[in-house]
Amino acid sequence: MATIKLDNIKKSFGKTDVIHGVNIDIEDGEFIVIVGPSGCGKSTLLRMVAGLETVTSGEILIDGAQVNGVEPMDRDIAMVFQNYALYPHMSVEENMAYGLKIAKTPKAEITERVAEAARMLQLEPYLKRKPRELSGGQRQRVAMGRAIVRKPKVFLFDEPLSNLDAKLRVQMRLEIKELQSRLGITALYVTHDQVEAMTLADRMVVMNGGVADQIGAPLEVYSNPQTEFVAGFIGSPATNFIDAALVPDAPKGASKIGIRPEHITLLPSGQGKLSGNVVFTEALGAETLVHLRMDSGTETFTVRQDGAMALPVAGDPVGVDWGADDEMAFNDKGRRV
Amino acid sequence: MARIPDEGMVEKRGIGHYFTHVGLIIGVLVIFFPIWLAFVASTVTQSDIISPPMPLWPGDQFLTNYSKALTSGINAPVALMLMNSLIMAMGIALGKILISLLSAFAIVYFKFPGRRLFFWLIFLTLMLPVEVRIVPTYEVVAGFGMLNSYSGLIFPLIASATATFLFRQFFMTVPDELAEAARVDGARPMRFFWDILLPMSRTNIAALFVILFIYGWNQYLWPLLITTDPSMNTIVMGIKQMFPSGDDYADWPVIMATSILAMLPPVIVVVSMQRLFIRGLVDSEK
Ligand SMILES: Nc1ncnc2c1ncn2[C@@H]1O[C@H](COP(=O)(O)OP(=O)(O)OP(=O)(O)O)[C@@H](O)[C@H]1O
Ligand SMILES: [Mg+2]
Repeated sequence: MATIKLDNIKKSFGKTDVIHGVNIDIEDGEFIVIVGPSGCGKSTLLRMVAGLETVTSGEILIDGAQVNGVEPMDRDIAMVFQNYALYPHMSVEENMAYGLKIAKTPKAEITERVAEAARMLQLEPYLKRKPRELSGGQRQRVAMGRAIVRKPKVFLFDEPLSNLDAKLRVQMRLEIKELQSRLGITALYVTHDQVEAMTLADRMVVMNGGVADQIGAPLEVYSNPQTEFVAGFIGSPATNFIDAALVPDAPKGASKIGIRPEHITLLPSGQGKLSGNVVFTEALGAETLVHLRMDSGTETFTVRQDGAMALPVAGDPVGVDWGADDEMAFNDKGRRV
Repeated sequence: MARIPDEGMVEKRGIGHYFTHVGLIIGVLVIFFPIWLAFVASTVTQSDIISPPMPLWPGDQFLTNYSKALTSGINAPVALMLMNSLIMAMGIALGKILISLLSAFAIVYFKFPGRRLFFWLIFLTLMLPVEVRIVPTYEVVAGFGMLNSYSGLIFPLIASATATFLFRQFFMTVPDELAEAARVDGARPMRFFWDILLPMSRTNIAALFVILFIYGWNQYLWPLLITTDPSMNTIVMGIKQMFPSGDDYADWPVIMATSILAMLPPVIVVVSMQRLFIRGLVDSEK
């Protein structure tokens, strides 16, 4: 258990700057998810915390101690990799025990800790097997087990679920969350899947091009995005954006207005703030997504409405409206006003 | 493919089968015949061999000839030459494997100045087999006083660009995450090498061992140059040394027995390692 502090972390590979100064304060036992599009530097950031990548400038503190130059093994962290990175020639048991063996933990204690982790992860029947004799989900659990037995201060996960099928991903997500809160170990978790981020995180860090755009509790980030990028990235279907000039009584200084699909109501043609035509509808049962092309030009809107409501007909002209509170205004730099 | 073969197809395939087998059998006979003759010659007496026609079936001198070869030979007992060859071949094979494993490890996993340069230097030596650099190598070995010694037999042949290259290619297919996982687990580089890289390379090592053992065993020119003392002769060159100079007569049964004995260790190595070899190919793990 530990606190982590990232103080103005920057990273460049040669001449390319990848991380442009990230500050995060992580509390003891917190589950932090770093989310962002591909190539935004999530893995790089995590690997710097792990000590697998050098820090170009800034400080990383674990439990208040600066660890910039400290080897991974001495940081008391455990990492779960995307491809699990299990040692192929070792059995499940040996895989889990390897770190402890290197740390010269007494044999009896190793056996006990491995058995405990195996019990927690339901791996007991597979202890003697080699990784290649396991399914993807089981390998994932072994990778988790390898992290757990070390009883580290910090768990680091780099997209640990991205190689699993959708159903297993949901199940493992729950297991990871449950384990982490039971063990109370601080966790840093990287994903590009916003559902994973929303469900796992105590707080999430939304990264965009090497910058942490927003740090906050998932619902806080969702309902109150600080930048245009965050508003567009978090939430599915994505937030609708429209030029502020086209919106009646838009706030001063705003250049873009964002409205979430569920906040828009469809009205008969001629009513509401804007007007457009229905392009097509997707009836998903519980809800219906209505895609509109706005009269103002090229903008398309997605409206999410209850599945029980009447299905609009493609081609029909409609009006759209939303509450003033649901309006998210952004200035020309993409920041919330 | 589920295809119903018409009769023509069956006929054709039958003939093809037949010819393939006949071809293979002839091939085996052609290769095997000289070995058979050598074996026959090693079981008869000298006079049987020199009086035509040459016998085609083994005689009753097997024990006599082989024990004579093993214990006294002509210049040196064959048992001693076998031992010399074994030491040299093992030394070369194991030494080459160890050195190339380590150099491939360095080249793949460490960033040091001149890394590429070193790699290409190693690669360059591929173009310089023993025969090409034999004179300067002899000078050096003689200068170190390693003539007529095992170290003289082994060390000049021990660096291997081929094996280094092979291990380099293999190491590059090992996912980086594995090295990182080991690092997080607390393994220092050499620990990672011994605990993870080495066991993962064991099938490659076995395959290379077979090839390199035979390479070492079959060395001829180099041992011929640097061993003047018969007690340091290796068996492959030793056979040549058994041939008489001048008017002496050749003791063919003993020479042939030696030849057969010289063939055995490589055969044993190939046959015994073959199982590991094939198992390695079947359950390739990464
Ligand atoms: N060793 C490296 N040398 C040079 N550039 C690198 C290196 N590693 C990463 N980068 C660059 O840094 C940027 C961030 O990479 P990173 O792997 O952190 O992205 P990511 O957010 O994890 O993306 P993904 O979701 O695809 O895994 C990328 O543009 C990448 O090209
Ligand atoms: Mg990544």
